[in-house]
Amino acid sequence: MQRKNPCAGSTTVAFALALFLLCFTLLTLYLFAKKYWWFPEPITTFGREIDRQFMRTFLITGVVFVLSQLALGWAVFRYRDTGGRANYSHGNNTMEFLWTLATLVLFVGLGIYAERAWAEVHFRGASPGALQIEVQGQQFKWYFRYPGPDGKFGRLAAQYVKDSDQNFFGLDPNDQAGKDDIVSPVIAVPVNREVELILRSKDVTHSFFVRELRLKQDSVPGMLIPIHFTATKIGTYEIACAELCGLGHHQMRSFLYVMSEADYQKWLAEQAANQ
Amino acid sequence: MVTHESGGAHHPPTGFIRKYIFSLDHKVIGIQYLLLALFSVFVGMFLSLLMRIHLAWPSAKLPFIEGGIMTSEQYLALMTMHGTIMVFMVLTTAPQSGFGNYFLPIQIGAADMAFPVINMLSFWTTFVSLAVILAAFFVTAGAPISGWTAYAPLSALGEIAGPGQGLGQTLWVIGLAIFCGATLMGALNFITTTIDLRTRGLSLMRMPLTVWAWFVTAILGLLAFGVLLAACILLLLDRVAGTSFFIPGGLVVSDKLVRHQGGSPLLWQHLFWFFGHPEVYIAILPGMGVASHVLSNFSRKPVFGYRAMVYALCGIGFLGFCVWGHHMFISGMSPYSAIAFSLLTMSIGVPSAIKTFNWLGTLWGGRIRFTTPMLFAIGFVSVFVTGGVSGLFLAQPSLDLQLHDTYFVVAHFHMIMGVASIFGIFTAMYYWFPKMYGRAMSEPLGKLHFWITFPGVYAIFMPMHFLGLVGHPRRYSDLTNFAFLAPLQKVHLFITIVAFITMAAQLIFLFNFLWSMKYGKKTEVNPWHATTLEWTVPSPPPHDNFAGDLPEVYRGPYEYAVPGAAEDYVPQHLAPEQVAKAR
Repeated sequence: MQRKNPCAGSTTVAFALALFLLCFTLLTLYLFAKKYWWFPEPITTFGREIDRQFMRTFLITGVVFVLSQLALGWAVFRYRDTGGRANYSHGNNTMEFLWTLATLVLFVGLGIYAERAWAEVHFRGASPGALQIEVQGQQFKWYFRYPGPDGKFGRLAAQYVKDSDQNFFGLDPNDQAGKDDIVSPVIAVPVNREVELILRSKDVTHSFFVRELRLKQDSVPGMLIPIHFTATKIGTYEIACAELCGLGHHQMRSFLYVMSEADYQKWLAEQAANQ
Repeated sequence: MVTHESGGAHHPPTGFIRKYIFSLDHKVIGIQYLLLALFSVFVGMFLSLLMRIHLAWPSAKLPFIEGGIMTSEQYLALMTMHGTIMVFMVLTTAPQSGFGNYFLPIQIGAADMAFPVINMLSFWTTFVSLAVILAAFFVTAGAPISGWTAYAPLSALGEIAGPGQGLGQTLWVIGLAIFCGATLMGALNFITTTIDLRTRGLSLMRMPLTVWAWFVTAILGLLAFGVLLAACILLLLDRVAGTSFFIPGGLVVSDKLVRHQGGSPLLWQHLFWFFGHPEVYIAILPGMGVASHVLSNFSRKPVFGYRAMVYALCGIGFLGFCVWGHHMFISGMSPYSAIAFSLLTMSIGVPSAIKTFNWLGTLWGGRIRFTTPMLFAIGFVSVFVTGGVSGLFLAQPSLDLQLHDTYFVVAHFHMIMGVASIFGIFTAMYYWFPKMYGRAMSEPLGKLHFWITFPGVYAIFMPMHFLGLVGHPRRYSDLTNFAFLAPLQKVHLFITIVAFITMAAQLIFLFNFLWSMKYGKKTEVNPWHATTLEWTVPSPPPHDNFAGDLPEVYRGPYEYAVPGAAEDYVPQHLAPEQVAKAR
């Protein structure tokens, strides 16, 4: 009766499945270990903490992944139908209890550990001396606004927004504080100085994403969302939009220039002259 | 537990239309759902094929594309429709409404669903919804481009927000709202049927795990789709009636001031994901049920930890409603609530791990028979683990600062929601086909299908994790604008080539399915030597399943390898004195 099915307990199939699972698991581990496709180097302190948390998560999930796949491969091969009867067992409550407890502690513990980097980005606000820059997402460009020499942002109002007049933010022409505001399609920041970005959107939801900062934040219409970071390495970094915003989503690129303090002041002066 | 003489029973129809089109028979309705899903899955797959070709060879001339070379808005329209069709018309219909409709009443020993007319209505409502959604392809402004998540205000503003945001998006919202109605009717029917129509002796803890999975899924559907329906109505009002539920004031779109104020873009996200996360489980839970069922059958061994499996299903279902915020870690939602959502999400890993370990426990010490459904069930466990562990990365808000909205997410949900659910569907199809048509599907073709599909899906979706680590944002139709994306083009080329091969293998399945209906090998009533009630009725089952003689159930659903019995399986319906003793 049990031997009727021609493919029952085929050793070849069992071996092939086990071999596939083994090779697949090893290849996955190899590709992760080789880091051929990997994060760029982080340029913030919380970025380095995020990378460490990634590796902790990788370690724990990696063990679960490898053990499960290999156990599956082993069981499939070892317990192929070779005649006779299976073990009549409905389970084992001790084992259920143990693996429930173990996964609960591991997974939730990992989750609690992860809050450290999150707290640094989101719970601790920017310090009072941080350099404030406004970021505006719009279809399909980024614009950045610096307060200018007076250190004050000018008033904005939607009715003044006019792209054709280069008034992307809608600066109120009657407000003196806005006269010296600097608006730029790229952002420059001094190295090792805390920067607070205030995100806004003109039309639909966008998302400000710089890989090297390990920072991503949606810019949402109707909301002002602050984020802050301290970049520790001079360089040029690409800014992408990470939230689908329409047909030009993939073109919404800008640059983050991290500069020495002297270069930054020079850049700022040049921008002020161009306004 | 009650057995209604009247519940669900009705006379067999005579005319063609009442028999095959507007049928009240749950089995016909189940097959109608399966055919609808089969049509939809090939449409959805074809859309992804066009997208894959465009990503690998951006300047290739393509058929069905206006102008030949795909534009960005055409790419986004294909992507939106691919997601919508796959999630709603395939992953929600086939595992639950398709197989559930066909086999839930038989597995609980009922003559039909509790409300046969509502059952018929829910299928035809689904059909209308599919027609409305597909119609978006044929309107002049084009299909919507805001993704299957349709984030407001992009989806709410109308034509001013770009191509595809006109009538196409409106049809999309209406189609989805209709679909919600269909699913709500189906969910009510499943819940009532499971509670009221179980046959004598079939206590809750004797139900097959498939029935448990369909039952929990129906409860999720009832609670989740109601919210999506409300959200769709609000979005529709924003689009056509000038309300501002999701549109805040002071927006300037295409250099024009928008006359809306007071709405909240985050409100849409909360409503959508309150539905959207349980939806993931609506797609996967039936697959878990089928995998448990089939693994036990072909290991010739009881399910390991049946009770733990039931509790895990319920646990996943409950927790599934507490974690929607993990889709919104970087949305601008309060960062403090991220902690709660994160820890609750991490704890969903626990019942998921329980299920995985119990599947392994079921195999352990078994006598495994490698039939095609068994191969897909084993594949299901493997892809479920792979898709599940990447969820533990995405559940952590700090890691989402890097991974959110990248290809890592694309890889994750395609593995767990797409591939795992589809493997569940394949398992169910190869397993139950003999019951539905009285003929078996071809084993050699089934195995060929498996051996191309299983490595194929890994070769398609594993590399996407790495694209995500590099930071490749999803929903980009073109990589040429960014210096860091250009080197990734060759990865896309590799994925496209593998996708070609894997999709071609699905034609083997289609052929096998259609050919076997007519020419497959005839099978006996219980070809797999299984224990549950569907294997006690003729193949295909008669109109009222049990010919008026509802069975009585004497034991749990997975009594394989029972010591002292002559056969290595003891069906649920055999009275203890009827079970042949081993000599």
